[in-house]
Amino acid sequence: MIEAHGLTKRYGEVQALDGLSFAVAPGTIFGLLGPNGAGKSTAVKVLTTLARADGGAARVAGFDVMRDPAKVRRSIGVVAQRSGVDGELTGRENVLLQGRLQGLRGRDLAQRADALLAELGLADAARRVAKGYSGGMQRRLDIAIGLVHRPKVLFLDEPTTGLDPEVRAAMWAEISRLRRDEGLTILLTTHYLEEADRLASALAIVDRGRVVAHGTPDELKADLEGDALRVELGDASVGGNVTSALAHVGGLREVQVDGRTLHARAQDGARTVPALLAALDSHAIAVASVTVSRPSLDDVYLRFAGRSFAAAEAASSSTAATHDNHEEPAR
Amino acid sequence: MTAVADTFSLTIRDLLRLVRQPWFVAIVLVQPIIWLLLFGALFARVVDIPGFHGGDYKQYLVPGVLVMTAFFSSGWNGMATIDDLNRGIVDRLLVTPVSRMPLIGGRVLQNLVQLVIQSLVIVAMALAIGVSFHGAAGGILVMIVAAGLLGTGFAALSNALALLTRQEESLIGAVTFLQLPLTFLSTAFMQPALMPGWIDTVARYNPVDWAIRAGREAVAANTDWSSVAGYCGLLAAFAFVCLLLATRASRAYQAQV
Repeated sequence: MIEAHGLTKRYGEVQALDGLSFAVAPGTIFGLLGPNGAGKSTAVKVLTTLARADGGAARVAGFDVMRDPAKVRRSIGVVAQRSGVDGELTGRENVLLQGRLQGLRGRDLAQRADALLAELGLADAARRVAKGYSGGMQRRLDIAIGLVHRPKVLFLDEPTTGLDPEVRAAMWAEISRLRRDEGLTILLTTHYLEEADRLASALAIVDRGRVVAHGTPDELKADLEGDALRVELGDASVGGNVTSALAHVGGLREVQVDGRTLHARAQDGARTVPALLAALDSHAIAVASVTVSRPSLDDVYLRFAGRSFAAAEAASSSTAATHDNHEEPAR
Repeated sequence: MTAVADTFSLTIRDLLRLVRQPWFVAIVLVQPIIWLLLFGALFARVVDIPGFHGGDYKQYLVPGVLVMTAFFSSGWNGMATIDDLNRGIVDRLLVTPVSRMPLIGGRVLQNLVQLVIQSLVIVAMALAIGVSFHGAAGGILVMIVAAGLLGTGFAALSNALALLTRQEESLIGAVTFLQLPLTFLSTAFMQPALMPGWIDTVARYNPVDWAIRAGREAVAANTDWSSVAGYCGLLAAFAFVCLLLATRASRAYQAQV
């Protein structure tokens, strides 16, 4: 339903997309997962025909996004990261306007709009101006606007960023329902690992404008055998010492130091901890805390992007100044 | 046909937004009346200057105030576009099948509706204070058409600037920079014979003055219709070029998204 091949796009100094490729099967939710600035929003802009890629090709709902943008636009619904709701209009007027611009008319449109608003729990608020809506209501109105013309493919760019946890859970339920009941193909971008894990049946991990890993959440996690060990060091300046200190600890693999945090894997994490601590202690490396966990998508991310999610987020915020028109602005 | 329908849909949206701001509507309707009464009173004795033709300054002033009102409100038309850009509405519209022209056209048409209503208020007020229009309804209509063409041009220009700068401050700066000079470099308040020569020369290249001259001629006692047609032709060309610039600007905007 969506195919991207080697998409590239540059904004001045920033290579937002650097050969991005992935494919989405019909009727599934596909997650593009990555930190802020990874290129997810740019990918959505290219696939929804808002922006033009510098290179590569993409097809959405069977149409080429570069050569046939008008046909793509008729087949897709877009919920951008920034809400596109007009606050001066009522919820219903917002949906009706979008419907008219999508070529719907009269009774057909009115019925569709009312049904959608009711489905999304906005029936009571439909005749109030949208600027009085809560964040969650605005987001649901965004979805109603995106769905009014019965698209085949729905793009959700960070649909739950900035929402309260409860509202986020409700939004997740809504997104799952849309796929199940409407048979929609949904492309979801998110920087919440949990969100991708919960919703997406397949996902691609994006870092610096390219896909670094893809598969189902379980496949990606299964690639990582054993438990994840996370050690907070007392001092960031130890660097290479740590690696040599741990060279002879049995069962410990994939040792990586990321600032003050040491990541490693072990078949049996809990049993490895004493030996790990002893080795660090013998090299006089202070330890603040140790965590042992089952593999998560965060670990997947670390493994494939070579840096932890939090570190990637922090790095992207320093380039965000030149870049924030194009990628997730801070909320 | 869909482009026309889309333009109307977007025009209605803009008008709805407008009427939901009652204070704004009130100001829009009252301000031209204030200008008419204020300038009418302030410059009433201009008619005593030797060389001024005509005995009543209000009579002279009405086309000037009408065009000035159209020019002023049109200049701000792009502000709503900046608001839409900031709120993601422009991006949302750009991924619908709507072509680029209605995106500008909707705004410009909303401006035109506002401008015609303002013009009718001015004409009604002028009649109430004893101004008489020659050429009756036809003359008044042509005067409003001239103001409408001018307003269309400046509204499109304002939108072009909005799409290129995407900053309220830049647009406010540009509009305030142009408004008063272009208004006073015209025959709005003073007859050309009484203006310094260089202002008279500059005014001939000023679209604001084209509209004022066309409007004033259209409601004059012995209308020179060929002169009116000439100015209206120039104004139509001006509006067309500005609309073209605005669609170019929307493409430039999209190129950097």
